[in-house]
This record gives sequence, C-alpha cells and structure tokens, in this order.
Amino acid sequence: MKEYAYYPGCSVKGTAKHYEESLLTAFDVLGLNLTELEDWNCCGATLALAVNELKSFTMVSRNLALAEKTGLDIVTPCSACYLVLLKTQDYIRRYPDIKAKIDRALKSVGMEYRGTVRVKHTLEALVNDVKLEEVKNRVTRPLKGFKVAPYYGCQIVRPYKEFDHPFYPDSMDRLLKALGAEVVDYPLKTDCCGAAIAGTMEEVGVRLNYVLLKEAQKRGANCVVTVCPLCQLNLEQYQGKINKRFNSDISLPILYFTQLLGLALGVPEERLGFNRAMVSADSLLEAA
Amino acid sequence: MKVERVIKYEAELDKDFSQWVVSVPGGEQIRDCIQCGTCSATCPLSIYMDYTPRKIILMAHQGFKEEVLRSFTPWLCASCYACMVNCPREIKITEIMYILKEKAIEEGMYPKRFPIPVLAREFTRMIVKKGRNPETKLIIALALRTNPLNLLKMAPLGLRLMKAGRLEIMTKSIKGKDQLKTMLQSLEATT
Ligand code: SF4
Ligand code: SF4
Repeated sequence: MKEYAYYPGCSVKGTAKHYEESLLTAFDVLGLNLTELEDWNCCGATLALAVNELKSFTMVSRNLALAEKTGLDIVTPCSACYLVLLKTQDYIRRYPDIKAKIDRALKSVGMEYRGTVRVKHTLEALVNDVKLEEVKNRVTRPLKGFKVAPYYGCQIVRPYKEFDHPFYPDSMDRLLKALGAEVVDYPLKTDCCGAAIAGTMEEVGVRLNYVLLKEAQKRGANCVVTVCPLCQLNLEQYQGKINKRFNSDISLPILYFTQLLGLALGVPEERLGFNRAMVSADSLLEAA
Repeated sequence: MKVERVIKYEAELDKDFSQWVVSVPGGEQIRDCIQCGTCSATCPLSIYMDYTPRKIILMAHQGFKEEVLRSFTPWLCASCYACMVNCPREIKITEIMYILKEKAIEEGMYPKRFPIPVLAREFTRMIVKKGRNPETKLIIALALRTNPLNLLKMAPLGLRLMKAGRLEIMTKSIKGKDQLKTMLQSLEATT
C-alpha cells in the first residue's frame, strides 16, 4: 500500500472526468492510494504564468504547503499542473528573491513551505513505485486487439526530465506491453498537440493534431493513449474537422493510460469512463 | 514605391529593454545565443509566427522592444519546451516567451484582439476569484470578448461534451479562497 497526496487539477473535474474515474479505480487495485489534497486550489496551469509568474508561483505554493503538511508525495494526472508544480519548486530553489516573496505570502495566512514535497506525474508514480513485473502479474484481461500509439505529449517529459527521456520516452510503451497491448513504434510520441493554443486557434489545432493522428493511423494503431487531459481533448475533438479539411478518414479513440490499465486489471468497463468518449472505443472493447 | 530605411540604427535600440531581459529569472543566458536556429527548426508553431524563436531571442537581447512585445510569437508558443531542451547553449527560450508575454501585458503592447492574451487574463481573474478554474465559463467569456460568432462554432463541441457528462457548469469555490486573496495581496505589497 502506498499513499499519495492527490492533486487532481481542474480538468479532471470537467472535460477529463473519465481520467479521474479510471485513475482512482485502477490505482486502487494496485494498492496505490490517492487521497485528494484537502481544499486544493487551481494552479493556473500554464496560462497564468503569462499574466504574472509570481502570482502563479504563489497560488501553486499554497498547494505545496498543503501537501507538505500531509507528509506525502504529490501525484497529479495533468501534465500542465505537473509542470507548474515542478517549475515553482525549481524557481523557489534557484531564486532567493522569489522564495522570500512566496514565504511572506504564505506567512500572511499562517502557512509555510519548507521545500520537502516530491511531485510526481501519475505515470511516473506507477512506473517508478510499482514493479512492472508486479503489474504484469495482476493482469486478468490482457489487452487483446489493442494496437496502441503511445502519446506522451510535451510537459510530462520536458523540460524537467524527472523520469524518462525528453524526446523518446518509453515507460508507457513498456507498461502497455505488459498489459498485453500491441504498441506501435510512434516517433511523434512527444510532439506537441498545440496545448491551449489549439483550443483557441482552430487552424493550429487542426493541423498539429492531423499530423499526430495521421501518423498513428499510418503506423497501424487503432487507438491513441494519452497521459494528459489537454492532449486527450485536442486529439479527440478535432477529428471531424480534420477529416473534412484534409479529406482523411481518421477515427481513433483517444484513451487515457489509466483506462487501459484498469481494463487489463479486470476493472469493469463501466467504472473506467469509456462512455464519456466522443470517439467511441466500443468496437475495441467488444473485440477484446 | 517609397524607399524607406527598414533597418534600425543601433542608437534606436532600447538598451534598457535588453538589460531587463538579462536581469529576469530565465533570461540570464540570452546573450549566449549563437543564432544556430535549432529552436526555430524544432518549433512546431514557428510556421505561424511573425518572428521565429531564433529571431525573437536575438531581437530581445538586442533591444528591439516594440517589435518583440507587439509580436505574435510569444502568444503562439505552446510551451512544448522542445526548443529549450534542444538548445545547444541552454537558453531558456520557453521561459523567455513567458517573460515576454508578461511584459507585453504590463506595457499594454500585446497584439489586440488576439484571443490568447484575453484568455490568459480572463483565466487568472476567474481562478483568483474562486480558487478553481471554471472551464466552461472561461470559454464563453473568451468568445464574447473576442468574437461572439466563435460561440456558435464551439457549440457542437459543447453539446458533445455535455452529452458525455464532461461539461462542468457550476464551479464550487474553495474554502480557502480568502486565503488565496490575502496571499496575492501580500505579494502585491512586496512587488
Ligand atoms: S537554439 Fe539556442 S543558441 Fe540556437 S538560435 Fe535558438 S536560442 Fe540561439
Ligand atoms: S516551447 Fe514554444 S517556442 Fe519552443 S518549440 Fe515549443 S512552441 Fe516553439
């Protein structure tokens, strides 16, 4: 049994609900216990940094201080939250001036942050804290028929290279293979989906995601697996527009790695949020 | 055609701006840039930018303040950090893009009606108020501020998300929202 302070971030409470649903059930099976950080606040993700870095660091430091009190590592499913948490820690460590301002802000509400919290992405927690062998032994329903393009996106591996290679990571590849899926060689695994830019400027979203999806299709994948709410939404929402614009026939379910993990571990489909898909994975589930 | 001088004299460059870039966290090594262009070649968004990342880095440390702060480039940066990890001189290109965005807002020089600065501001305003980020309201506010017609274009996606139960209409405030406010006030007092 391993305990974590779970920092969900705002997306998994909305557009990425099925990430949280599958994460909590699947991790539970493996004895990874996520206790939601009491009264956490939004970290401002990457956009708040544009308006005011210090403000963003201050908001994040409240979460770090809350987590420190629990004495546990933070685990977050969102790559943007992950990055902002790491960057805040990094800047507090490197710039005494920033640290002083943040300390004062925390003190104004009777809090403090001593800098002892470890921040982990959910994928990182899984591959580092549980032996792959162990996961493999727990598989009751191998992912037969799943030909997966493993898509990591950017901020889980860059710029903080905490647990895998910044351009050619393979921790999720190995995980998915252990779950019985066929993993296609996917060289675009850390190329950018456009993040928030894709959401605000359709032209960017359509083009970048077309490239990512087309390559996955060409490599024979029948689904793409993601680790981040923003990537998932971008890859999923543009498929219709992409097909119209580029005259393509892309229809790929975009799944969270936790959904496949849960499935392989024998968690019933209904508890893994497959019903929340905009591009349905039903045919894959039936075949499996 | 009128013949005009298009290149700036050195005397016209803003040396204060150039010094400012070097002085802020993340900007320290900007002068080490060797103009190799690796960043521009790596950048998935450079095809949309008015100045490529390589150019922005050079122009920022040379003091082309107007051009840099009015440029679309920082607003198009998706923070994928590919350039930064690849840069042979370890220049913090992505972090510099953030600094430039912040500065452009501060100086009121960001490209007007460009959705991203509006989104960024709106986003911060909302999270400071509630402590959480109301995705849906944010998108609506953004559309109204930029081009209300966008709302119509986004409606189909909204419906699909709603059907899947992925649209959160109400955002609950956190208990510590006053705490957050006090912290940010304390910050303002020290900056
Ligand atoms: S990669 Fe680095 S050194 Fe090369 S042009 Fe870009 S900022 Fe300059
Ligand atoms: S971090 Fe920004 S500038 Fe650098 S490669 Fe990515 S999008 Fe381009």
